[in-house]
Amino acid sequence: MAGGPAPADAVTVMQRVVILGGGTAGTLTANRLRRELGGRAAVTVVDRDGDHWYQPGLLFVPFGRARPAKLVRSRARQLRPGIGYHQSAAEHVDIAERRVHLENGAILPYDVLVIATGAALLPGETDGLAEAMARGKAFTFYEPGGAAALRDALAAFDGGRIAINVVDMPIKCPVAPIEFAFLADWYFRKRGIRDRVELTLVTPLDGAFTRPVASRELGGLLEDRHIGLITEFNTGEVDGDGGRLVSFDGREVGFDLAVVVPVHGGQAYVSRSPGLGDALGFVPTDERTLQSKASPDIFVIGDAADLRASKAGSVAHFEGEILVRNIRGFLAGDPLAGSYDGHANCFIESGSGKALLIDFNYDTEPLAGRFPGPVGLPLLTESRLNHLGKLAFQQFYWHMLLPGRDVPGLATAMPRAGKRFSAAADTQTVLTGSPRDE
Amino acid sequence: MSTKVYAGTEVTVNDEGFFADAGQWREEMAPEIAREAGLGTLTPRHWQVVTFMRHEYAEKGTGPSVRALSKTSGVSVKELYQLFPKGPAKLAAKIAGIPKPRGCI
Repeated sequence: MAGGPAPADAVTVMQRVVILGGGTAGTLTANRLRRELGGRAAVTVVDRDGDHWYQPGLLFVPFGRARPAKLVRSRARQLRPGIGYHQSAAEHVDIAERRVHLENGAILPYDVLVIATGAALLPGETDGLAEAMARGKAFTFYEPGGAAALRDALAAFDGGRIAINVVDMPIKCPVAPIEFAFLADWYFRKRGIRDRVELTLVTPLDGAFTRPVASRELGGLLEDRHIGLITEFNTGEVDGDGGRLVSFDGREVGFDLAVVVPVHGGQAYVSRSPGLGDALGFVPTDERTLQSKASPDIFVIGDAADLRASKAGSVAHFEGEILVRNIRGFLAGDPLAGSYDGHANCFIESGSGKALLIDFNYDTEPLAGRFPGPVGLPLLTESRLNHLGKLAFQQFYWHMLLPGRDVPGLATAMPRAGKRFSAAADTQTVLTGSPRDE
Repeated sequence: MSTKVYAGTEVTVNDEGFFADAGQWREEMAPEIAREAGLGTLTPRHWQVVTFMRHEYAEKGTGPSVRALSKTSGVSVKELYQLFPKGPAKLAAKIAGIPKPRGCI
């Protein structure tokens, strides 16, 4: 059985940390570990392919505002010297024997395993969706090929109904479908045919977004732009030839072009590893320590976890510091001191060169105010400054976030200063929360 | 928060009618909650799902989403919608006396 940390007389033996996944979460974890542990641990990253995509950039590809070739870099080259890189898909994890079996036949023993393999898109889970995508009736911008195909389809589109459909939650970057709607509105206005295009966001949620204050604000922005919103729509079928989305309770939404965010699940190897994942292939994880519930020597970061935090790069960034502190504690035989608060933030592109910024955690919903403090960027309101922030984020991603650097003024715990708490149904936090960042 | 009376016993529910305390629920209450939500008689198939929801809640602290519910209970999503129209996860949670399954964000 995978027990506790290595005994004290084993400290001279180099400890092995295997990280499955060389995306945002896996890369920043590897770099932080290497920097903090140096030669005291052998860190190996495993990924099935060599391409690291800047995923936030995919949103801009369909509108010709980003070129796919500019969004991709080598995975291995984002890792600090001294970190091992192994290119193969994982076959399964043997939790009891503390070994990862790879598809190329290699077997990697570990003292600590980090699961950072993200979420997979599963169009096959929805009747008709894979066929509709193959026939050019439905597109997804959540992967590079789909985003490029959608760019061509939009360029050829000169009027009709576009349905933007989220099939089910959870999804990566839950604001991206809303941003897509805003950018589509702007795109067709610039082309001078906005009056001939009907845009509708079709979501299983009961509003534009999951959290009430942000949902109201974003719902208002959709209304201003004459973008339709259909809520509590649980898509059961995408009928490409008939041009309709059909919900499980029999409602229909017609379309000429469907932009679909498919069902997400964990990676297939998780389900092939007995005891590791839940029914959807996500890994049950302690939401504070980021330790898996399957075994104390398995930790989880980013989209692969079953946490109620957003599946977003900012979450992986904020989790990174906590995760590495806890892995160090675990290897040293100490209690896990790091506690993640669910902190997430994201820029929401709203078109016309503007964007909103939201910042929240497990207990505090996105509020108006300023970030990270009273003189920072405006929260939950459109501004040009936030759009520039979103553009600058790409450089920040490659040069600060992936290397796992601490950013001055950008703390792991959600800042409370600058937020307008009084406006929210968050009175508990207001009354009892300690102003630790003020 | 407000109170309701099911099967002759007062229970605490939130604004949307979900139980605040799953411990206050008893089996005899389920048919009344179902009727109030516009459902007819609870069949053995309904009960299978309701029992499963309580089991999942006890184990994980939240009710499952529709998809997870289907995968683990063996009842197809289509049938779940036939049994509990308009949102099986929410409706079954309400009848099972557990809090509203927390939305993913």
